[in-house]
Amino acid sequence: MYATNYHRASSVQDAVKMRSAADEGKYLSGGMTLIATMKQRLASPSDLVDLRHIPDLNGVSVNGKSVRIGAATTHYDVASSAELKAVCPAICALAHGIGDPHVRHMGTIGGSVANNDPAADYPAALLGLDAVIVTNVREIKAGAFFTGLFETALEDGEMIVAITFDAPARAAYAKFRNPASRYAMTGVFVARRDNGDVRVAVTGAGGDGVFRHSGMEAALAANWSADALSGVSVDPSGLLSDIHAGAEYRANLVKVMAKRAVAAA
Amino acid sequence: MAKVKMTVNGRQVGAECEDRTLLVHFLRENLALTGTHVGCDTTQCGACVVHMDGRSVKSCTILAAQAAGSTILTIEGLASGGEMHPVQAAFKANHGLQCGFCTPGMVMTAVDMIRRHGANLDEATVRAELDGNICRCTGYHNIVKSILAAAAEMGGVQQAAE
Repeated sequence: MYATNYHRASSVQDAVKMRSAADEGKYLSGGMTLIATMKQRLASPSDLVDLRHIPDLNGVSVNGKSVRIGAATTHYDVASSAELKAVCPAICALAHGIGDPHVRHMGTIGGSVANNDPAADYPAALLGLDAVIVTNVREIKAGAFFTGLFETALEDGEMIVAITFDAPARAAYAKFRNPASRYAMTGVFVARRDNGDVRVAVTGAGGDGVFRHSGMEAALAANWSADALSGVSVDPSGLLSDIHAGAEYRANLVKVMAKRAVAAA
Repeated sequence: MAKVKMTVNGRQVGAECEDRTLLVHFLRENLALTGTHVGCDTTQCGACVVHMDGRSVKSCTILAAQAAGSTILTIEGLASGGEMHPVQAAFKANHGLQCGFCTPGMVMTAVDMIRRHGANLDEATVRAELDGNICRCTGYHNIVKSILAAAAEMGGVQQAAE
C-alpha cells in the first residue's frame, strides 16, 4: 500500500471539510473494498476520511412503511435489524448474503452503493425498491444514481448520508454466486407494491452495471407468479461475458433468478 | 506516523506507526502478538480474524488507525489463568487442526459464531458461517465438529449458571 494520511471525522460537515482539504482524498467507510484495493496498489488516495465514527450515519429507523438506513450501517446491522425485518425482510436477507461474517461486520451500505461494483448486491435492492440516496447536499433516486460500472451520480466530494425507501408489499432477492469469489454472477431483486407496481432489478449481469428489466416487470405486473416469466425473453446483448459465464448463460440466469425471487417473495 | 492507542486483550497499548499500517501488522510487529496470522493478504482466508469491539473482523483489511480507541481481542487473549478457552479445548479434543496455520482465525471465528448463535448452532449454520475462513489442509469436518462441541459445552455452562 502506498502511504496515505488517515483522518477521523466526527460529523458529516467535518468529513466534507477534511475531504475537500485533501489533494486526492477518499471517504473510508467499512473499507472492505477500498483497503483491499489500496493493498493491491490499484488505489492510492493521499488522504482517507473515516466515516465510521459519525453517529448520524449509523443505524436503521422504521416509521410505518418508511425506512431510513444510515450510510455507515454495517451489513450485519441491516441483516439483524428486527424492525427492518418486520417490514422488508428481503433487504435483511440480501445483507446477510454479502461477503462473509467478518466482512458483514465492517462493510456498509453507503460504501457498497458509492462503489457501485457491477457484482454488488445492494444496487439491485435500491433500484428494485425505488430507493432514494440521500447525500450531504441532495436526494438522488436510485434510477438516476447508478450510471455505469463503478460509476454513480455522486459529484466529487459529495457524500452519502442515508438510504431511504418505502417498504413494498412483497420483495425478494435471489442470486447465483460465483463459486470461487462468492460475488453475484447474477442477482435479481423483485418488488411488488400494493398499487400493483412491479420492479425487477438485475445485478452481476449488466455490461453497464445494475439494470431494470421492463419485459419481466410487465409480465409480473399482469400476473405475479414465477410461471409468468416463462414466456419472457432476456436479450444477452449488452450482458457481461467472462470466463465464468458467457452472456447467453447470464441471460438464462437472469430469468432463473427472477423466478426464484418471485417464488420466495 | 502517529501514535495509535487501543486496548488489546485487556491491556492499554500504544505504538507509533504509519497511517497505512494494517491492524494485523500492528499486532504482530509493534505488539509482538504473532498468534494472528496473515494467510492470503486478500481478505479471503480469515487467518487474521480478531475481534474489534466484540465483533469478528479481518485484521488484514483494517488500518491500525481505524482501530484506534477500540477494544481488540486476539487469540492470545482467549485463555485465562492458564486454562484454555472452551473453544480452544474443543479444537484440541476434536483434532480440529492439522497444520494449524488457519487455527487462530478459525477459533476467533468460532467464538464470535457461538456468541451470536449460542447452543442453537447446527452443522449447516457452522458451515455457512465458515464462509470467510479457509483451511488449506481441508480439515473442515473436525473444525465443524469442534465448534459444535464447544457450542454445546458453552451453552451447557450458560444454562447451569442461570
